[in-house]
Amino acid sequence: MTFNGVAQIVIFFLIVLALAKPVGIFLSRVFNGHRTFLHPPLRWLEALCYRLGGVDPEQEQRWTQYAISLLAFSAVSFLFVYAIQRLQGFLPLNPQHFGGKQVSPDLAFNTAISFVTNTNWQSYAGETTLSYFVQMAALTVQNFVSAAAGVAMSVALIRGFARRESKTIGNFWADLTRATVYVFLPLSLLGALFLCSQGVIQTLRPNLPVRTVQGATQVIPGGPVASQEAIKMAGTNGGGFFNANSAHPFENPTPLTDYVEMLFIFVIPAGLAYMFGREVGDTRQGWALFAAMSALFLAGAFFCYHFEQRGNPLLARMGIATQATAGQPGGNMEGKEVRFGITDSALFATVTTDASCGAVNSMHDSFTPLGGMVPLVNMLTGEVIFGGVGAGLKGMLLFAILAVFIAGLMVGRTPEYVGKKIEQKEVKLAMVALIAAAASILVFTALSSVLRFPAHGYWNPPGPTAANVANPGPHGFSEILYAYASTTGNNGSAFAGLNTNTPWYNLTLGLAMFIGRFIFLLPLLGIAGSLAAKKRLAVTSGTFPTHGPLFVSLLIGTVILVAALTFFPALSLGPIAEHYLLFSRHAMAAVKP
Amino acid sequence: MRYLSPAFRFVLLFTVLTGIIYPLAVTGLCQWWFPHQADGSLVRAKGRIVGSALLGQTFTGAAFFHPRPSAAGKGYDPMASGGSNLGPTNPMLLARVKAAVARFRRDNPAFRGPIPSDLLTASGSGLDPDISPASAYAQAPRVAKARGLSLILVRHLIGQTTQPRQLGFLGEPRVDVLRLNLALARLAPAGPATAPRSRPAM
Repeated sequence: MTFNGVAQIVIFFLIVLALAKPVGIFLSRVFNGHRTFLHPPLRWLEALCYRLGGVDPEQEQRWTQYAISLLAFSAVSFLFVYAIQRLQGFLPLNPQHFGGKQVSPDLAFNTAISFVTNTNWQSYAGETTLSYFVQMAALTVQNFVSAAAGVAMSVALIRGFARRESKTIGNFWADLTRATVYVFLPLSLLGALFLCSQGVIQTLRPNLPVRTVQGATQVIPGGPVASQEAIKMAGTNGGGFFNANSAHPFENPTPLTDYVEMLFIFVIPAGLAYMFGREVGDTRQGWALFAAMSALFLAGAFFCYHFEQRGNPLLARMGIATQATAGQPGGNMEGKEVRFGITDSALFATVTTDASCGAVNSMHDSFTPLGGMVPLVNMLTGEVIFGGVGAGLKGMLLFAILAVFIAGLMVGRTPEYVGKKIEQKEVKLAMVALIAAAASILVFTALSSVLRFPAHGYWNPPGPTAANVANPGPHGFSEILYAYASTTGNNGSAFAGLNTNTPWYNLTLGLAMFIGRFIFLLPLLGIAGSLAAKKRLAVTSGTFPTHGPLFVSLLIGTVILVAALTFFPALSLGPIAEHYLLFSRHAMAAVKP
Repeated sequence: MRYLSPAFRFVLLFTVLTGIIYPLAVTGLCQWWFPHQADGSLVRAKGRIVGSALLGQTFTGAAFFHPRPSAAGKGYDPMASGGSNLGPTNPMLLARVKAAVARFRRDNPAFRGPIPSDLLTASGSGLDPDISPASAYAQAPRVAKARGLSLILVRHLIGQTTQPRQLGFLGEPRVDVLRLNLALARLAPAGPATAPRSRPAM
């Protein structure tokens, strides 16, 4: 680790810390319908949305109605995205003349689910598959609204804790509109302009072939990239315009854009944690969640940074430098960009998987085994570390419920959290969510490790599903595990060597995304509804305080324990086995000339 | 129906707002305020476009600075951006780097010591425009000899082209290979034969 590297990580964290409170207050005002500095210029747009949408924002919904609204909205979105992709050949803004040949039905299904669930897993390469119209009218739209729907669900859950003896948890359409109009649109507009000023392209011209200095032909791509890039980060979506995602110089041209993109990922989730405390009437509760998230974030970032900076011993033996010097970054640079070096690549990998973003500025597949295990573990724990707008705070609250439940078992009292009694129903629903996610990851990974289809058949042309991996040995298993962890966690990043554009992978990964979004999140809305109906208990001397270091430690312990018990066997078959392989004499001998 | 009607209306509404109005508005503003960047930071030399300042391109031969190996298509193909995705224990990675090391040592006999970590590893995008300053200095003797320039001059040129950490602490110091080679060509326009002596790494 270098001084500069540590400084970059620490300064990044301090900025997030400084932003949490102002952003939290802003979010809290927006979702309570209070006036903010953005209301004068944008109030008319919000009102217009309600009028055109034909809804009354004041009409409160029960959790079931809220959930059905969400499902209906997602279902219609899915149909739209599917149809626009399949019909791209007949639609405008298609200078490269892409058609249905590029987008098979199973790929369109996968991509539609992927963007509607805020996962943005991509089995395709954007630059050679989708027209500008699809990127804008289908994908950019879902970047906005799937994020807005994710924030809406977080807000609904917060209301569950904050309200007392209430049958309702807010209005989905109002939350969706407010998140889009006051949060994501202004933030994306500013972000897009900033990114473009640094070099992110924003043009509707077709790809431009040029002759390079040495006379070869190179095609300079075009596209409305900046507008999509900004919401891709702010909405923790992560689906790249180009195949290389945020490693592509046209998506992420400078270290400053990189830093800003990472801040975009964390700013709203960090604000939501503060908003939680504010809404339940005790900001310390929000800071307690924030503290647990921060500890896990910093641990992951430095762990990943350490192993990436240590580099690959097998390359070091061949004479590649691994020590950083003033003139070169050292470490494991395979799959990383020079402008980001080791630090920003490791930090980005941690941030994008702490949140459910999934954008990448380096290829995680080429990370060292333990460096690459950090993003994997972040996703396996449910992306609860700040968490992104798609799933984050909700997952952490779920672990908070489990933590107080465990504490309650230890002392033999009915557990309480922020004044709400946690009873059988809440714990059951929380377990449904956790088990659904774990089962989706482990069952699909197991199936894809052993299934055999006929070669050149429909389901998986390479034959055995394990044959789709790009790397032999334990690393190949890590690729499969990472794919299902990423899709179930609605993250979208990948160990990208795995070829997933076959019907088997497109369909099962699509199912995993569905489970991760709806089977994981609907129980949480159920918890919100159930909690909202409860009385608030007075704090007594017997109440377990949930704002101190003891609770924070318990919460961190619960997160780690649940992940460890569920996923340690799988991790030891993948990255951990590979780590020992990498450092063992056996591997050393294997590369001897 | 009570739910489907608003669902349809909101999807349509947001498609127009965030999928058409927003990107077109951003396009208009960016083309107005940052036309150079919005169009891809195109670089001209001798009156024609030779590439983008942000995208790497292939350079071969002793007289040019070489970029990093690229996994994008046949090398620096923006239509196939991406990394090698080879894991750290993959024999293909080890064989590729081993061959690249041998080639590098042969082409740069003046260079001693460990090879900078970025120079023979493939980038994430396959389009990395930069190499580290150390990677540029490592190639300087070869380029100076091939161009008939003094080593001091070439090293000075690298120093001038090096971009420091942004805002003093962000990212890594770096050298844009296209810019460096164009500056080199201006300095010694009719350099000696630049016929490729070896294929670029990878």
